[in-house]
Amino acid sequence: MNHLQLIIKREYLNKVKNKTFIIMTFLSPLIMVGIGTLVGYLSQLNNDKVRTISVLDESGLFSDEFESDDNLIYELMDGAGLEDAKTIVESSGNYGLLYIPKVDSLDQLSERITFYSEDSPSPILLDEIEDAIAAKANFLKLKEAGLDPRQIEKLRIRVNTKLETFGGEKTSKLSIGLKLGFGGLAGYLLFMFIIIYGNMIMRSVIEEKTSRIIEVIISSVKPIKLLLGKIIGTSLAGVTQFLAWVVLIGIFSFVIAAIFGIDNGAMQQQDALEQAQAIAGSEDFVQEFIKEFFHLPLLNLVIMFILFFIGGYLTYASLYAAIGAAVDSETDTQQFMLPILMPLILAVYVGVFTVIDNPHGTVSQVFSFIPLTSPVVMLMRIPFGVPLWQQILSVVILFATFIVTVWFAAKIYRVGILMYGKKASYKELIKWLKY
Amino acid sequence: MDNLLVASNVSKSFGEFTALNDISVSVPRGSVFGLLGPNGAGKTTFIRIINQITMPDSGEVLLDGHPLKPEDIRHIGYLPEERGLYKSMKVGDQALYLAQLKGLSKQEARKRLKHWFERLEIGDWWNKKIQELSKGMAQKIQFVVTVLHEPKLLIFDEPFSGFDPINANLIKDEILRLRDNGATVIFSTHRMESVEEMCDHIALIHQSNKILDGKLVDIKRAHRSNTYEVGLIAENHSEVESRLKERFELFPADFKTINDEFQRNVRISDSETANDLISFLTSKGQLTHFVEVVPSANDIFIQTVKNS
Repeated sequence: MNHLQLIIKREYLNKVKNKTFIIMTFLSPLIMVGIGTLVGYLSQLNNDKVRTISVLDESGLFSDEFESDDNLIYELMDGAGLEDAKTIVESSGNYGLLYIPKVDSLDQLSERITFYSEDSPSPILLDEIEDAIAAKANFLKLKEAGLDPRQIEKLRIRVNTKLETFGGEKTSKLSIGLKLGFGGLAGYLLFMFIIIYGNMIMRSVIEEKTSRIIEVIISSVKPIKLLLGKIIGTSLAGVTQFLAWVVLIGIFSFVIAAIFGIDNGAMQQQDALEQAQAIAGSEDFVQEFIKEFFHLPLLNLVIMFILFFIGGYLTYASLYAAIGAAVDSETDTQQFMLPILMPLILAVYVGVFTVIDNPHGTVSQVFSFIPLTSPVVMLMRIPFGVPLWQQILSVVILFATFIVTVWFAAKIYRVGILMYGKKASYKELIKWLKY
Repeated sequence: MDNLLVASNVSKSFGEFTALNDISVSVPRGSVFGLLGPNGAGKTTFIRIINQITMPDSGEVLLDGHPLKPEDIRHIGYLPEERGLYKSMKVGDQALYLAQLKGLSKQEARKRLKHWFERLEIGDWWNKKIQELSKGMAQKIQFVVTVLHEPKLLIFDEPFSGFDPINANLIKDEILRLRDNGATVIFSTHRMESVEEMCDHIALIHQSNKILDGKLVDIKRAHRSNTYEVGLIAENHSEVESRLKERFELFPADFKTINDEFQRNVRISDSETANDLISFLTSKGQLTHFVEVVPSANDIFIQTVKNS
């Protein structure tokens, strides 16, 4: 076995066998699924209280309009005056009193309906009430004007724009959502990966420094090999953990759904279905989804994802390793972390705000070529169709940068790992480059 | 003499700072070579150059007559001053890993490790983690790892720091045994008593320059001061003293004997021999003690550094 393989193997096994790593591998998905379930459960719990609203309808027009459901019960009050009704409702413990006065014309109504309650009601509840009244009022107005509301409903036209590129490629709003989803997921995945495993590499370099084994190792292997072995080994451990998370999240969600019933899931599904119907009109959502999915430039997406992921991750990883080599302990890393995190966070913001706004805008384009931001931004843009030459150019720039950063990191690394007790400053680092 | 390692005109600077200035050193095959010098003199830089951790700015290092090449690390065992092991890794796995980095096969490494662990009676540590061991125990492992691939050149930087006297002695004997089996040892230290005990050759580096090197005996000979420690049973000490003073230089002496005698260190001039002093002394009384004052490595070290 050659040195590089040995180092990769050790780094990998060392990470994977580490207790914290194993615990995190199992705990993180458990926590994620757990929190998801908890939030779902709690928001359900929040709405669980059955609230009763008394309705005093002096106009007599709206008594049929309020439909009670599981959480909300409407109680009609008859014959009481407003003041009496208020006292009754307050003492009965009902949530509130909706007062609709007797009016001469419907126009006056809009200003004069009052809701009495102990505290301010939630906007959702208010919307619901207002919608019910407005619908009925509209209906009555139309009738007054001599129009048949059912006729009006029939005359209504729903617009569902069909989208097509000049090249003849059909797209839809669903596909835009899908593209955003894919691009966002890819970019975000890379972002998380860099932060988690970049830090891991940095810590591993610092560990070798503080345990003083580094000189023993580099009297056997070249520092650059150790650096590469460390990066590759840690990355493989990272990929392993990521895959484990995907599988475990799947399993845990399944188990939780099975144990706690499918309440949550069903509700969400219903929501999704409604949305889907809204988006896709009468067409079958699932079919549409699958169609759009295969419409995505999948091969392009996968290849570029792999290239940008590798290039972007390695570029950042080598910078993290250089930081690890430059300092004596983790607490000293702060001053060097900012210049690394800045472009990364910038990339995510640019990705989220400008790409969604306009995937081919100037800012998006520029940032998808700048090497430290390109992996995230370009990955978000690709599903929207980026010319191949742009993709290739960006990849080439990225890998060229990778070579420069590895060279830079190796220089810092080679000198830094043998420097103890020296507080590294940027000035010092520049000096190291010349050694 | 056959030299295993020859460094010629090696220089290295870090920015403005010159760490090594035109150093030339020859390490004879089969010797224990002491590399001495005050802190920050450049010893570690020189050792790192031999280990190809640092590249020299100029000059050349030959191992076995060839310029150093990357494969040569297999023939070098290096115990750095700043040393340690992976804390959370098991002793056995760690030793195997480090041995494989030095080019041993896994089977071979395992066989040799078993042998060494038995020798040093540390066999039951195989499955322990380094963080469970004491510092001295970890040092033993480190020593085994350094010598496991049977290198022809062994470099020890302060090998005894962290060892208790018993283990230090054990390691000293192991180093000498390795030398007897054909290895050449470069040995960097501040501890002058171990230099006296172990080194055949030394080189003294001070402020990036080599200020002294050669066979330890030759160096001592060169630093002899023609001074003898004498003990004489005489009736009148003050008379002996004044007569001696006329011919020789006298210094106070302090050594323990069972006699109540006249004790002095006497330096003779270059034109005279020890015999002249002896015959002079025997004419004054009964000579009970006569030893040449040999400069210790420590004295030479301090004196040379001060003079340079």
